[in-house]
Amino acid sequence: MLLLGASGGFALLRRRARRARERADLYFEDGSMVSLDERSPEAMRLLPLGRDLLHAVRD
Amino acid sequence: MDAEQALAELTELSTQVESAVVFDGAGKVIASTLADEVRSREVARIALELAEAAAGARPSLPDEQSLVQVEVAMRAGSAFLVRHEGRLIAATTSPEPTVGLVFYDLRTCLRTIAEAGEAEGAGRKPKPKPKPARKRAPAKRSKTTPEADAPS
Repeated sequence: MLLLGASGGFALLRRRARRARERADLYFEDGSMVSLDERSPEAMRLLPLGRDLLHAVRD
Repeated sequence: MDAEQALAELTELSTQVESAVVFDGAGKVIASTLADEVRSREVARIALELAEAAAGARPSLPDEQSLVQVEVAMRAGSAFLVRHEGRLIAATTSPEPTVGLVFYDLRTCLRTIAEAGEAEGAGRKPKPKPKPARKRAPAKRSKTTPEADAPS
């Protein structure tokens, strides 16, 4: 029972950590999609622009 | 229905969209939910920069027109960008939005504006859209497949 609870908690934490990661998803006309993780060099260019957009709207 | 009305309908229908700006490929603002004109222009400028940078992330494609949708998901919220027939819409949401639904609503908004423009160009009165019955609550985020979010 304890093992079951621990593994459930671990799965929940892993899921939450994955969701907390920032990313950029690009969708193209041909139906293809590219998901760029926050650690990729392309995402490092796109994420600051996304943040600028949020700031421009909210500040 | 003009662009302002289409945006008003978007924010009425989609509770997840905080703000949205419609603009053309040159960055000229067509309509905005933001009261501040300078801020709307700034959003359009940043969104165009984002579109260029995103298109550059996949240089094998012929031109940036091939890029139709972008979501930048951050801890503080998400930024969306959709392109349709020379017009673009940039929108922001709170964190963890229902991505497919937001893209659908943004595409619908741009299509409505395009149809209204065509009808005006042809000298016809655009068909009024039926008013939405009620606000739609955001659905629980489920695992989406790239195909589900891909443009039709």
